[in-house]
Amino acid sequence: MSEDFLVVKNVSKSFAGIQALKKVNLVIRRGEVRCLVGENGSGKSTLIKIIAGVEAPDEGEIIIGGKSFRRLYPIDAIREGIQIIYQDFSLFPNLTAAENLAFNYLLQKKQRSVNWKDVQKIAREAMKNIDVTIDLNRRVEELPVADKQLVAISRALLHNARLIIMDEPTTALTRKEVRSLFQVITKLQREGISVLFVSHKLDEILEISERVTILRNGQNVADGDRSEFDRNKLIFHMTGREIEETRYQYVPRHSSETPLLRVDGLSRQGSFANVSFCVYPGEIVGITGLLGSGRTELAMALFGLKPATRGEIYLNGKHIHIRNVQDAIRHGIGYVPEDRLTEGLFLPQSIGNNMVASVIARLKKKMGIIDPQKRDHHIERWIKTLKIVTPSPTLPVRSLSGGNQQRVVLAKWLTTNPKVLILNGPTVGVDIGSKTDIHHIIRNLAQEGIGAVIISDDIPEIIQNCNRILLMRRGRIVEEFSGDQITEEELARKMIGGDGSEPVSSEMAFV
Amino acid sequence: MSTHFSSRTPKTRDSLSLSRLLGILRIDNNLLRLLVITVAIFVVMSLLRPHPFLTLRNFRSMSYQFPELGILSIAMMLAMLTGGIDLSVVGTANLAGILAAKLLTTLSPEAAGGHIALLILGAIFVALGIGILCGIFNGFLVAKIGIPPILATLGTMQLYTGIALVITKGYAVLGYLEQFLFIGNGVLWIFPVPLILFVLVAFIFAMVLSKTVFGFYLFMLGTNATAARFSGINNTLVLLKTYLLSGFLAGLAGIIVIARTNSAKADYGTSYVLQAVLVCVLGGINPSGGFGTVSGLVLAILSLQFLSSGFNMLRFSNFFKEFIWGLVLLLVMVINYLSTLYQSRRQLQKTREAIAEVSGGK
Repeated sequence: MSEDFLVVKNVSKSFAGIQALKKVNLVIRRGEVRCLVGENGSGKSTLIKIIAGVEAPDEGEIIIGGKSFRRLYPIDAIREGIQIIYQDFSLFPNLTAAENLAFNYLLQKKQRSVNWKDVQKIAREAMKNIDVTIDLNRRVEELPVADKQLVAISRALLHNARLIIMDEPTTALTRKEVRSLFQVITKLQREGISVLFVSHKLDEILEISERVTILRNGQNVADGDRSEFDRNKLIFHMTGREIEETRYQYVPRHSSETPLLRVDGLSRQGSFANVSFCVYPGEIVGITGLLGSGRTELAMALFGLKPATRGEIYLNGKHIHIRNVQDAIRHGIGYVPEDRLTEGLFLPQSIGNNMVASVIARLKKKMGIIDPQKRDHHIERWIKTLKIVTPSPTLPVRSLSGGNQQRVVLAKWLTTNPKVLILNGPTVGVDIGSKTDIHHIIRNLAQEGIGAVIISDDIPEIIQNCNRILLMRRGRIVEEFSGDQITEEELARKMIGGDGSEPVSSEMAFV
Repeated sequence: MSTHFSSRTPKTRDSLSLSRLLGILRIDNNLLRLLVITVAIFVVMSLLRPHPFLTLRNFRSMSYQFPELGILSIAMMLAMLTGGIDLSVVGTANLAGILAAKLLTTLSPEAAGGHIALLILGAIFVALGIGILCGIFNGFLVAKIGIPPILATLGTMQLYTGIALVITKGYAVLGYLEQFLFIGNGVLWIFPVPLILFVLVAFIFAMVLSKTVFGFYLFMLGTNATAARFSGINNTLVLLKTYLLSGFLAGLAGIIVIARTNSAKADYGTSYVLQAVLVCVLGGINPSGGFGTVSGLVLAILSLQFLSSGFNMLRFSNFFKEFIWGLVLLLVMVINYLSTLYQSRRQLQKTREAIAEVSGGK
């Protein structure tokens, strides 16, 4: 029995003339945690699909447990013990966790009736494999994301998995849930099961992997032990360029300046309570906290999506009321939402239409007729300023990469000439190159006098870009730091809440 | 008369020709296909039965027939562009027509002489006003209460028809002033009045959809209501206005119907509801909202009219009409599906090349 469980040799694949993979190699040993790293479009997904047998390689060879395959079919991959946990987990949402786990076993038995005792037994044993307990009789759609993932993992183990491939498994998880996922991975590893961890989150890669394979533009660019890599090296290999991670330097203009935005005792039942803070022109203020800490709800209140029920908001020293989104926009507040695809963009509509969606009401001549020159002027200006890469603004915004899509969302707000820009997770799902670019855009805006608020749980992002950081826990601002005063480790620890043992979402006490 | 927002030609200098190409090809493919279908049907019918089909008489009779359905289809289209539907258009039209007819028939003896114009104007206002009220009520149910449009308008369709039935007790309201019938049967120069009204409505709504802020909002709301809210669009107001306009058009159709048939009935043209949906879908209005043009809709209704007139002249039974229309709809769907599949592949390829070119050229 050789040490290598899976060997991918010189695999190439092209789609419609576009080369997605060029002679890619990948070796996974038994019981190894290997990270597959690359930006969006680097060929990670294609490689996974080839290993799963979903796509056939144009050339190359796949060797699983010593057996060579020229063409691998999904059924072969499963038979050889390869299991993939996709981002959507491929579970049946309307069945209980137990039913999901026992489903395949029951199918194989070809019985016409279901023995519910068996279902429970199979499910319990499956969960025991990874030493976790969840409520097996709840429907999967009611489970938190982390639990869904655990169900998917234990289902994979029921199929005698020898290699589990996890595709961006931490995207929707909180830090704490990531921790327990890592524990599960370590446990799998001890039992001799290999894990291929696909990700572009640098910290996680450095923490969990034993060995790292980096792809860029469909080619191997680096391969080796984790100890050979650090953040900067990973970034360099992923993007092919040196990206300096610098911190934002905020220079206060006048000491007597009135704050752009002042929030005083803002509350909303069940979401957040007694929140007060200021944002001065040129500042980038970070608001961080775990999922459910009230950070998103606070942003939505400032933008009028779910207005606050108590407290005052002042803009440039003037008391304002924000009852709906129109109020917020009129007062010069813009909001880049958390979920770009559903909240930020009109995906099938053109890039240009997306960019002017918020400003269009100001571009009308008589009788509500849009001035096409003004409209096109805005579109051209911001495509150029934000360096959006597209052959034409008439193409659907869907045709753009994640980073460019996010720039379109930014442009939508910049056309309205906002005083305060609230950005909720501004670089989620954006590759590292674009991420740095977007951070630069935000910094430039701040330097031009906008007050920026970044809401994020991406700790490096917050620390590098914000001159002031507010930490939220259970709907309240519990601490404030200046950006150069705190390290990533400290902030991570404080986010979880001191010793990290505190329950996150239970018993939220509000005024 | 392209009403599509994206059809605007961009002025970015370095990518002018390419974007023209991509932009226009993408939009106009659907229209082009419809145009080809319409012309093909026209030519085939002309060849098969040149005599009755290619006569002025036939054209005139066709142009009395389709405007009602055409205006109802535009009313339907507005709701469909927001991702909804308005099943109550015919119910609204009939209710509006009946109330106008009641006014005309009860008041005409006293008001005759001198005030005829006033009476007719009054009847028109009543019909349009009732249309608007019905529309606002639909909008209220959809936008404020949040009932799914298909259910809300199914309910109001029954409600409006029910009111009309109660008012008329099921009988037709007959016999209006000669001058009023002009709206449905008159000719200005060589053009029948209903046709003129339809052309006006089509033009105005093409403009509203493609050139105004309201039109822009309608398309955005129909594409993604959440993103519309997050962009500061007042969805409630836009929906209210949309259903109001839909009701207004239904009221207008109601006037044309009673003036053309010289009678108002609570159950007139009930099959128009689904035919209007058919015209919209055939005309390329995306049933999930956000995309569609008035020009597409006009071509769709013309091709259907040519078909049914042609089949009449081929001495097919009138019962064939529905059968053929259904067949056409399915055929167009299949063609659309296949060509979109083919196009999106080519489009993807082209876009990738273009992007590679743009980013490489820097």
